Amino acid sequence: MADEGIAGSVAAPGGGDRPSTIVGRSPWQIFWMRFRRDRVALGAGVFLVLLAALAITAPLIARDLVHHDPNALFRDTLNEIGLPKVGPSAEFWFGVDTSGRDVFVRTIYGARTSLLVALLSTGFAVVLGILLGSLAGYLGGWVDTVISRAIDLTLSLPVLLFSIGIAAACSIKAEGCLGGLIQPGISLVTAIIALFTWPYIGRIVRGQVLTIRNKEFIEAARAMGASTGRILLRDVLPNLAAPIIVYGTLIIPSNILFEAALSFLGVGIPPTTPSWGRMISDAARGQLYTVAWWMLFFPGMALVLTTLAFNLVGDGLRDALDPRTQVTG
Amino acid sequence: MIRYIVRRLLWVLVTLLLITFLTYLIFFVMPPVRPEVLFAGKQPTPELVAEVRRQFGLDKPVLVQYALFVKRVFLGDEYGWPGLGFSFNTRSALKPIIYERFLVTLQLALGAALLWLMVGVPIGILSALRPRSIFDRLAMGFALFGVSTPVFFLGPVMLYVFWFQLGWLPGTGFYSITKYGIGTWFVHMIMPWSVLALAFAAFYARMTRGNLIEVMGEDYIRTARAKGLPERAVVGKHGLRASLTPVVTMLGLDLGGLLGGALITETVFNLQGLGNYAVQSVFSGDLYAILDVTMIAAFAVTLANLIVDIVYAFLDPRVRYT
Repeated sequence: MADEGIAGSVAAPGGGDRPSTIVGRSPWQIFWMRFRRDRVALGAGVFLVLLAALAITAPLIARDLVHHDPNALFRDTLNEIGLPKVGPSAEFWFGVDTSGRDVFVRTIYGARTSLLVALLSTGFAVVLGILLGSLAGYLGGWVDTVISRAIDLTLSLPVLLFSIGIAAACSIKAEGCLGGLIQPGISLVTAIIALFTWPYIGRIVRGQVLTIRNKEFIEAARAMGASTGRILLRDVLPNLAAPIIVYGTLIIPSNILFEAALSFLGVGIPPTTPSWGRMISDAARGQLYTVAWWMLFFPGMALVLTTLAFNLVGDGLRDALDPRTQVTG
Repeated sequence: MIRYIVRRLLWVLVTLLLITFLTYLIFFVMPPVRPEVLFAGKQPTPELVAEVRRQFGLDKPVLVQYALFVKRVFLGDEYGWPGLGFSFNTRSALKPIIYERFLVTLQLALGAALLWLMVGVPIGILSALRPRSIFDRLAMGFALFGVSTPVFFLGPVMLYVFWFQLGWLPGTGFYSITKYGIGTWFVHMIMPWSVLALAFAAFYARMTRGNLIEVMGEDYIRTARAKGLPERAVVGKHGLRASLTPVVTMLGLDLGGLLGGALITETVFNLQGLGNYAVQSVFSGDLYAILDVTMIAAFAVTLANLIVDIVYAFLDPRVRYT
């Protein structure tokens, strides 16, 4: 990577007749140079920043701009048989749902749930994956056998079914499970998703560690008496940064869909907390979307666009961090 | 090779035991619904609850319960072999129900797999042969949309457009061939197949494209071109062969995964398959039904894994098992 950057600056005509000076660039500068040129990924990144801003300011927008609480019931927006009759309008930008709640306000609140759960669960999964994956790859032997088998086993479980079971079991009592460590709601869903996604990171990390474990610089560190923890942290981990960033980013969209699927099936996030999956399920129940298409369309599009944006950024990161891809204007 | 297969089959067995035991731990030790309370009526006396627990075999220690479950699976129970137990809801044998549900899931999964292969792989090949062309950009943009659109959103949208607005296709529900004839069955399956297949087709297109582009840069492709082979043969004989082996792997794993029930597709389209049944069973605390579906799902995945690895050895001469 570093070589390529230097070669690039030599080839570029620096300024008129004077020979260009050779400037060394750090790998991150090269990465940013390449990523910046990927307009689509950059656009998706901007979209995500805006979405995050919208999610963070959702309570302010709801209170001061729209003047609707996410759980406020506007009964007069429903017809005689309790179906929503107000679609997208000046008062209700995205219409109202079957309880007479503002779909716009619930959609921006849904972004909070979606982003929070997806980012937290991905964070936990990445930490767990790095920890167990590098231990398995570096130590080998029975540690590797146990961790690898745990990875294989987790990946062959019927994930949704188990998730529903755990979510339902942990939501019966108010204090949750594991002695109150996992509470029903966002922390429960986050824990479940992390539990089923760490193996993807763990497997990649293990493979990468296996390939660099026997390199000379590791051997040198060991010869100088560095401890296992120090070698893993100072010598192995920095070399894993690129794949972890790429796969971590690509796991976020699938975790967004995971959370939405659980909410769609009616487990995990409590009904009062707005979530896109549950909004879609409300719209699909009894084919309500035939009466109120907006109940399906807006949360659904929010979900698809957010997932798409994370996928685009992930692809962009992969291209920018992989020295083999050719970046063209 | 034989030794390898035997070893792998043993591992399939171990996996099944581990997975069913995990299921036991999750659903029997901390059940989402306490079945004895659910089925002992509204105002159960402690004696009645104890009686229901005894009938359901829930009065013994968990390990004993589990051992009995494993024994029944292998040796059969009063409903025949394999012993899949009975439903708490209907108090009747689960085997015929599971079998019928499995057939529905099988029809859904196989049709969808056929569709996503027919759509995804050719798109991937065409994209790879003309990278950065307009077709490639459009196809990959579409594929990205496909992997980002969940079934539970796409399903209702398709229903809204093709059933409610246009009236081109019928609504939800499963209509079996034997009862309603092939035509009715087919038109009712078109939407479930398409919706389930879209994300897979998108993923397969991306994967095929990536693989083929990488393979086409290999030295042996240059050699094949240099010896004067027509481009058709270079791509068809040398390029595709190497680039499609990972596709076979994924197909096995994906099909295996779906055979345990396509939970969401079956829920959206109200198809009485295994996944749909499992979700209902979780919410109604029908523990043996959950256990059976989990076991079938895990069996399908691990077996698919094994088959894929064996097929691999025939497709890719570099792979040798010892």
